[in-house]
Amino acid sequence: MAESVLMRNFPRPNSHTLPVYREAGGYGAWEKARTMEPAAITEEVKKANLRGLGGAGFPTGMKWSFIPKAHTGPVYLVVNADEGEPGTFKDRYLLERDPHALIEGMLIAARAIRCTLGFIYIRGEYVQPWRVFSAAVREAYGAGLLGAGFDIVVHRGAGAYICGEETGLLSSLEGKKGWPKIKPPFPAIKGAFGQPTIVNNVETLCCVPPIIERGAEWFAGLGTKTQGGTRMYSVSGRVKKPAVYETSVSITLRQLIELAGGVSGPGRLKAVVPGGGSAPILTADEIDVTMDVDGLKNAGSMIGSAGVMVMDESVSIPEALLVLARFYAHESCGQCTPCRESTGWIYKMVHRLVEGHGRKDDLDTILDVAKRGAGTTICAFYDGAVGPYISYIEKFRSEFEALCRS
Amino acid sequence: MTTPPGAASAPVTFTGAQLLEVTRLQRLYPDKRGALLPVLHMAQETFGYISLPVEEYVAGLFDLSPAQVHEVVTFYTLYFQQPKGRHVVAICHNLSCTLAGAKDILARAREKLGIEPGETTHDGRVTLQSVECLCACEAAPMAQVDDRYELNLTPEKVDRILEGLA
Repeated sequence: MAESVLMRNFPRPNSHTLPVYREAGGYGAWEKARTMEPAAITEEVKKANLRGLGGAGFPTGMKWSFIPKAHTGPVYLVVNADEGEPGTFKDRYLLERDPHALIEGMLIAARAIRCTLGFIYIRGEYVQPWRVFSAAVREAYGAGLLGAGFDIVVHRGAGAYICGEETGLLSSLEGKKGWPKIKPPFPAIKGAFGQPTIVNNVETLCCVPPIIERGAEWFAGLGTKTQGGTRMYSVSGRVKKPAVYETSVSITLRQLIELAGGVSGPGRLKAVVPGGGSAPILTADEIDVTMDVDGLKNAGSMIGSAGVMVMDESVSIPEALLVLARFYAHESCGQCTPCRESTGWIYKMVHRLVEGHGRKDDLDTILDVAKRGAGTTICAFYDGAVGPYISYIEKFRSEFEALCRS
Repeated sequence: MTTPPGAASAPVTFTGAQLLEVTRLQRLYPDKRGALLPVLHMAQETFGYISLPVEEYVAGLFDLSPAQVHEVVTFYTLYFQQPKGRHVVAICHNLSCTLAGAKDILARAREKLGIEPGETTHDGRVTLQSVECLCACEAAPMAQVDDRYELNLTPEKVDRILEGLA
């Protein structure tokens, strides 16, 4: 297990408070970053191979560098704390146990992109994380860390998975329903309130202070060739010790399941969702993959938000798909026809299959509809739904067929 | 059902202090409309739920049409368009919770309260919901009870929690 970077302060009593964070060396990276040129900060983050940890895995330093150099108006930093991907709970831990690490990461990122106003969008259900983070922001204002060139507005969402999609989040932050926006223009060119905006995930920004403090080379060395650092894996489902585990991104899925105590229940593994509900499922034979962005991509799945859900042999795959199909039908924002219609109808069809009233044709109909719709919508939500539809049916087809009327 | 505070008959207006808070929130954003979600949260706390008159009132504070506020209110799950119970019990039914027995948890709550998800008990005490992932899967099955997360639920624990709601 790699050293603890993101969770380094969790064992300290009152780790969420400023004095404890300071005692542990907190805000030292910010002191250092204040003396650095903005471009040098971005360069360091690029060299560290930090990739977005919210889902898309985009290189963070490169994203920062997309802010137009000639822009003279305001630039905004927006933290995506709208954690909602099924099976993911890491950002909740960071907000509650190390909020100052996030504030420090925001300060440094803001300097890199020449931004004076940052927003954090916290999902509405996260009342306790919102309270703890807001208290930390007040502490930071009291200590003069905020309000001296950079301000933070803490914003609460109101319940909608789609607001975790970065342009849906921006619509919501602007006081509208959370409809994603057509890209381009990308947020770095035209984002919140029409201004260049960088949207980063909580965990991504929490990586920034250690990178500045200990150097890009050290951080890059913790991971794989194409992705630096450690990350926090949320492991749940049928494992003996469900919890959040921080390890190098070079760990394999098999090792991670062992770290979480191994499979619970009858003892034999059936399948794993490796990167949150939207990640294509892996069978028990496919778990020798490394848990970095490219490792999962090469295995035909995705690391997404690193929410790992483990299923043992007693789990019904059609019933698992039904749970996710209901989720996508409920959370589709309704803007694009292929997504709105397909998620609703596929949910009804999977429901019919699980109830024992399905036909064998239904499976091919679902696969056909899923494959046709992929890539035809404004945002990645529908592509995220298609991954489970296709992979669950193709990899466990006999289980679905056993439910069909002959 | 008992009449919740702020039901249709009560006048829909914020206090002077609340109006100052609305202005403060609006100034935090480059465009004051950014404060719409926070102000709707305030309105729900004050009036109990977001009725059509509340939508109209909030629209006036933002120079928006009632329809513009309505499309926001109806988009999000945390805004109630009907009176809700004094407590809201939202049981997660997503994958990790289902793998840990969420169906039994929901069944117990339905039986104990005598209502289905989306309904409120006749005495106005509890609104029951069956909701998507609340991101506490390490402690599945779980539920949100008002502001708090209740973790590692068992049917017996559900009984105790429901009995404790006044």
